[in-house]
Amino acid sequence: MAKRIEVKDLDIYYDKFLAVQGVSMTIQPRSITALIGPSGCGKSTFLRTLNRMHELVPNARVDGKIFMDDEDLYGPGVDPVSVRREIGMVFQRPNPFPTMSIYENVAAGLRLNSTRIKKADLDELVERSLRSANLWEEVKDRLNRPGSGLSGGQQQRLCIARAIAVQPGVLLMDEPCSALDPISTQAIEDLMLELKSDYTIVIVTHNMQQAARVSDVTGFFNLRGVGQPGELVEIDETTKIFSTPSNKATEDYISGRFG
Amino acid sequence: MPSSTERTRAHRAPQRPGDRVFAGLSTGAGVLILVVLAGVAAFLLTEAWPALVAPAEDIPGGEGVAIYIWPLLFGTLLSAFLALLIAAPLAVAIALFITHYAPRRIAQALGYLIDLLAAVPSIIYGLWGIAVLAPLSVEPSEWLAENLGFIPLFAGPATSTGRTMLVAVIVLAVMILPITSAVVREAFRQTPRLHEEASLALGATRWEMIRMAVLPFGRSSIIGASMLGLGRALGETMAVAIVLSVSGGVTFNLISSGNPKTIAANIALDFPESTGIAVNTLIASGLVLFAVTLLVNMAARAVINRRREFSGAN
Amino acid sequence: MPTTTSRDQGPDLHTPLNAAPLTHGQLPRRAPQSVFLAALVAGIALLLSGWNVAAAAIVAGFGYAVVVYAWSRAVEGPRKATDRLVTAVVTGAFLLALIPLISVVFTVISKGAPRFDDQFFTYSMRGVVGEGGGAYHAIMGTLIITGLAALISVPIGLLTAIYLVEYGRGKLARAITFFVDVMTGIPSIVAGLFAYALFALIFGPGVRMGIMGAVALSVLMIPVVVRSTEEMLKIVPNELREAAYALAVPKWRTIVKVVLPTALAGIATGVTLAVARVIGETAPLLVTVGITSSDNFNPFDGRMATLPVFSYYQYVTPGVPPDPALNRAWTAALTLIIIVMVLNLAARLISRLFAPKTRG
Ligand SMILES: Nc1ncnc2c1ncn2[C@@H]1O[C@H](COP(=O)(O)OP(=O)(O)OP(=O)(O)O)[C@@H](O)[C@H]1O
Ligand SMILES: [Mg+2]
Repeated sequence: MAKRIEVKDLDIYYDKFLAVQGVSMTIQPRSITALIGPSGCGKSTFLRTLNRMHELVPNARVDGKIFMDDEDLYGPGVDPVSVRREIGMVFQRPNPFPTMSIYENVAAGLRLNSTRIKKADLDELVERSLRSANLWEEVKDRLNRPGSGLSGGQQQRLCIARAIAVQPGVLLMDEPCSALDPISTQAIEDLMLELKSDYTIVIVTHNMQQAARVSDVTGFFNLRGVGQPGELVEIDETTKIFSTPSNKATEDYISGRFG
Repeated sequence: MPSSTERTRAHRAPQRPGDRVFAGLSTGAGVLILVVLAGVAAFLLTEAWPALVAPAEDIPGGEGVAIYIWPLLFGTLLSAFLALLIAAPLAVAIALFITHYAPRRIAQALGYLIDLLAAVPSIIYGLWGIAVLAPLSVEPSEWLAENLGFIPLFAGPATSTGRTMLVAVIVLAVMILPITSAVVREAFRQTPRLHEEASLALGATRWEMIRMAVLPFGRSSIIGASMLGLGRALGETMAVAIVLSVSGGVTFNLISSGNPKTIAANIALDFPESTGIAVNTLIASGLVLFAVTLLVNMAARAVINRRREFSGAN
Repeated sequence: MPTTTSRDQGPDLHTPLNAAPLTHGQLPRRAPQSVFLAALVAGIALLLSGWNVAAAAIVAGFGYAVVVYAWSRAVEGPRKATDRLVTAVVTGAFLLALIPLISVVFTVISKGAPRFDDQFFTYSMRGVVGEGGGAYHAIMGTLIITGLAALISVPIGLLTAIYLVEYGRGKLARAITFFVDVMTGIPSIVAGLFAYALFALIFGPGVRMGIMGAVALSVLMIPVVVRSTEEMLKIVPNELREAAYALAVPKWRTIVKVVLPTALAGIATGVTLAVARVIGETAPLLVTVGITSSDNFNPFDGRMATLPVFSYYQYVTPGVPPDPALNRAWTAALTLIIIVMVLNLAARLISRLFAPKTRG
């Protein structure tokens, strides 16, 4: 089930350092939302608050609210482990577990959630996830080989397969293509467009063409000033952002003029 | 690390006298180390030789070198393996606690503390064993003999002195704990953050994350660290010599008054009072100990080095 | 080939997966703490009713783990319960391991304190029976022998490390690296036997000299010095070397004037730690240096006293009454621990104060 995410007036801290301030946005289900902005403005930080990975940094915390289909992610009694189950994540560098086979990598999350899963069912789920990640044809003959033996692009698709195997509602991707060549990037982008019909996807990218190509909605983050927290400058339909942005800073950024 | 360009340059450059002397000196020092190690083996062999060729009656005990050394070797292996059996799981737990459970600030202090304890001289562990642990062990030993006597290790009858193999084993375990856990801790600390986060992002609990990412990554280090600990326990002298002073042959019984001695402890106890062929016999036993620890350490190194090649970091 | 996910086909496996709500049962915030308190109270109650400390602690700890696991399993489900159980086990194992380590330090301090006086540090054991006496001769002996060992090991270790980092290549370097590693595992008693065997071949059987002890300690110390120096030389950035070469400085002067000074703090730290490691060694000195009760500060002439061996003999051959000797043994142990700790702290201080040349 693709989920809707609503962020209300979010402040994000590393200990006493306010990294991101006052973010409010709505992320629609079955769509791709791209987050762009200069380095260090807090895109990754913001993304990691959506599945509560942010709080793994010691003393990191957030102020404000995030709802997923009307459930408060930071509400009392909410288990961050369940949140992360429901909101999957793909990282900048492909990170399949080096000690596990391709099969085991995809099955890793499934095994966590249901211990008594039947072998045949598991096989089917692994195959389905790999097919969804457009990887099945390439690896079906070597499922028991280590995942780290694949090419970078294949590894990244393996990580996507691993993330979608547990059937999350939302998929977060932090610069998923920045370590890949153009052909692998193309494959991942195609994959995102296919996955869109089932998942809510949020992607951080430095590649403006990529944002323009794949996303429905684009949000622009910027630093308010040197030494100041990052903020969400504007968020709108991608076509609008890239043709007639309402903010001068956004226009400067996407047209390559800074400062 | 010196780059290859520098090396080729060293090749081509005309050798100045200063360079030649310095290179010779440092190469010589390296070779000297190999010579010393060979010397350890050679001199021990020379001094052990008379015992190896002497008629059986001349060896202490009167039945030959092999019969003399065998119970000692048995005691050495038994105590070291049991100590490792106790220390290894605890070392992993300590390493996990410090790297993944304790609050950051405390964790660093705890790391220092453990490193300091690794430096405490072994004689002190021995004194502690005999003065504190031995009396404390009497009551539990009696309980073990009564209730678990069917296990050969606890067959009893328990002594009232507490100078038992059990105490020696625990002291050994305590001694190798700091160094073993320090090696494991380093490995755990180097688990790529990427893999930890990958499992957490799948919705793993802390323990599931450890099982998915940390333990597989650290597995060969755990094995290597255990073998290093084993090497230490095999060669440990004073702690055992102080706790066990009388020998009682080959037995698995850990809590009775008759305990097998270890090679190292036996040397420390008998060497100062020995002369003639007895000294040669002790050196022969030392040679056996040297061989055993050499094997264990070489295996440990091989395992740890293999880890470097297959580490998950790419 | 289906290219889009078909969630509604195939086995109905995602339904139970997706049914997991974000909020499920959770133990109250202070649940583990309250259970811990309860276990503590129960343990103390057992203790008061005549149980022995260890048994009461074991039962209380076990009870804590069982209750937390069962409660969590009932409220939060098996995964969370396992997580909590492992947390309890890991923490428990850590505390368990800490007990003997703390007990060691506590015992040495409390038993060593009574004789930690002027006399202990200024008198030898010459002619002492019973009360009094001191370890002046043993302390001096330890300092002399360890100093000699450092004098032998540091140049050899340093040069070997320089060879490995700056010159070494091919089979020889690999062999040295491997055997240095192997050497770290030589049992100390074997090092002692080696020194004895070496000197016995020259001076005949039964020989005892301070220098023999220094040689034995060197065998233990050299690999430690090599390892730590090697690590330090490796982190000296290559640009520094190349900058010197670019100024036409010969290689050996580059090493002496540029590389070594940069790594000096690290090397000093490593040497200090190596000294700390061997200064408490007993077994090799027992078989090479022996013991004596009067001053002998000449390492080339007969038996010497050293602190660890002194402590050992005071403990195992106390005489009658035993207490004065036992006290001396503990005070010697305390002195030894203090020396080792001071060396360790000094090492840490050296690296803290002088290191930041290459690392931030
Ligand atoms: N673990 C951390 N502890 C403290 N501060 C951090 C931490 N991680 C990031 N920051 C700070 O938070 C701010 C935002 O960083 P973040 O990584 O979110 O930027 P980003 O937009 O993702 O940059 P990039 O495009 O380079 O990935 C930066 O000022 C950064 O220094
Ligand atoms: Mg980022």
